[in-house]
Amino acid sequence: MSQPSANRPAPALIFETGAPGRATEYVERSRPHTEFLPQEMLRESLPLPDNSELDVVRHFTQLSQRTFGIDLGFYPLGSCTMKYNPRINDAMANLPGFCDLHPYAPDDLAQGSLAVMYELERSLSSIFGMAAFSLNPSAGAHAELAALLVAKKYFKDRGESKRTKVIVPDTAHGTNPASAAMCGFKVISLPSDARGRVSLEEIEKVLGDDTAVCMMTNPNTLGLFEDHIAEIAAAVHRVGGLMYYDGANANAIMGNVRPGDMGFDLMHLNTHKTFTIPHGGGGAGHGPLGVAAHLVEYLPTPVVRAIPDGKSELRRAPSDGMRFELDFDRPKSIGPMRSFWSNFAHAVRALSYLYANGAEGLKSVSQLAVLNANYLRVGVSEFLATPYPEICRHEFVASAQELKKETGVRALDIAKALLDRGFMAPTVYFPLIVPECLMMEPTETESKETLDLFIEALREIVETAKRDPQSVMAAPVNTVVGRIDETRAARQPDLRWRQSG
Amino acid sequence: MNIPSDLLYSKEHEWAKVDGEIATIGITDFAQGSLGDITFVELPKVGAKVEQFSNVGVIESVKTVSDLYTPLGGEIVEVNTAIDADPAALNTDPYGSGWLIKIKLSDTAQTQQLLNAAAYTDIAHD
Repeated sequence: MSQPSANRPAPALIFETGAPGRATEYVERSRPHTEFLPQEMLRESLPLPDNSELDVVRHFTQLSQRTFGIDLGFYPLGSCTMKYNPRINDAMANLPGFCDLHPYAPDDLAQGSLAVMYELERSLSSIFGMAAFSLNPSAGAHAELAALLVAKKYFKDRGESKRTKVIVPDTAHGTNPASAAMCGFKVISLPSDARGRVSLEEIEKVLGDDTAVCMMTNPNTLGLFEDHIAEIAAAVHRVGGLMYYDGANANAIMGNVRPGDMGFDLMHLNTHKTFTIPHGGGGAGHGPLGVAAHLVEYLPTPVVRAIPDGKSELRRAPSDGMRFELDFDRPKSIGPMRSFWSNFAHAVRALSYLYANGAEGLKSVSQLAVLNANYLRVGVSEFLATPYPEICRHEFVASAQELKKETGVRALDIAKALLDRGFMAPTVYFPLIVPECLMMEPTETESKETLDLFIEALREIVETAKRDPQSVMAAPVNTVVGRIDETRAARQPDLRWRQSG
Repeated sequence: MNIPSDLLYSKEHEWAKVDGEIATIGITDFAQGSLGDITFVELPKVGAKVEQFSNVGVIESVKTVSDLYTPLGGEIVEVNTAIDADPAALNTDPYGSGWLIKIKLSDTAQTQQLLNAAAYTDIAHD
């Protein structure tokens, strides 16, 4: 792949360009701000860049050409679900009625936006088999924390504060034990069995009257469906514990199986993954938290309440014939997890995606995601070991352990070599139980041709590693920046620009 | 791989050197090799009482973040503060300048639950 921006010198920082007085002013200044601000708060100078509009446009356009995203190429980052984000969802979120609404607008003036929140909440509850969802948390880990706060309050109300342990399998996303620890629980790590699943025998060893929550992802991070989930949920419930579903892998199951039916009491969704919201730049996420009936009153405030208006008779959508209000008066709630109505524009994007696909469409989204992952898995298994060689769900893991022994080339080197060939690297070194792990999730939006190109690129890297390992270890050489010293970046991070002189 | 014969080992890849009622504790050569370049270490406070095999800290590397478990229980009497400035010592000298904590043992009999070098060699592989 040609890289037009390769080897072009890095643009200067915006702070290092421009000159005083260069900023183009399109609107005449009104009264000087010095008339409004207290004298002691005024400062002599404010070192902000002073650039013309054209220079600013060029600066950021050039930066955007030096990066990589789903709009440029294949992005198989495992457990991140980097699917294509249809533009229609952004267009919906940008409708003036949504994006110009003031957050303090009274409910009467915000009926359309409240209807979006209500319809999304009802739809998610139906798709995932929960009694209710809160759209309040900002992302997955934030929702995990909210869920554990719900569990903590629930146990406290029942006089069961002795429940201090949270069980987490060793394949779990790192956020699970982190959220549990943050919430003051003791984390019990559960070893996976030879089939890469949670073992009923192992979990029964740690269950007891101090069990609070068991956090699981299904399918798990090896891309395998936990086929004993009903028995595991029953065992956890038997000792009085709660089951938590980490929805990071929900793209594998929509319309096919519901966490509520598997026995989960709490769950989160990453709508930025499963329902196509641009992510990956660390930008705003959205993590709805779902709960079973016995936990609804603990959900974060506010929730959208629907009241029949007694006027409309024909109901085509859940919001028809309803008026909405925000309900803050929920005495058992854990309270708000963040200000205002969370990342509301993401609720619009998610609902737009959901309605564009419909029930059958969402089902085929998951089925195609699984089909693509299996096509990739079989292709890759011709030249890299796949430690769990069975039908996977939306993602799978390969291991470069043998290649490393043979040639010295590690999973990290393969990842860097993929960048040279125009692909984003898969997730590496996760899950932790697979040595030299490469975790790939193609998602449903890739064509067979793209998957074939990726498989051939990977095959060529493995063959090159056997012939000329040094060249793979030197990768990437075609990218805007070469191999980065990750160790030095972590040990001596340089995170702040300081004005010189 | 370096597995000194005069140390005791845990299944979690920590080593202990017992001298009377004081034990020096660190992570093994195998552990540092698996973790990769270590970038940050979080250690317990001097004076903390810790139980055998409990989680006493965190080791962060370029690849991953791992819990640090203590192979022996007791009171923390010293921590290697030099590690803060030079976490690379864990990679280059895990049994020497990369030591992590010193513990005043609550029960020296706990050493019977640890492995000798020969037994540890059997489990120190991928």
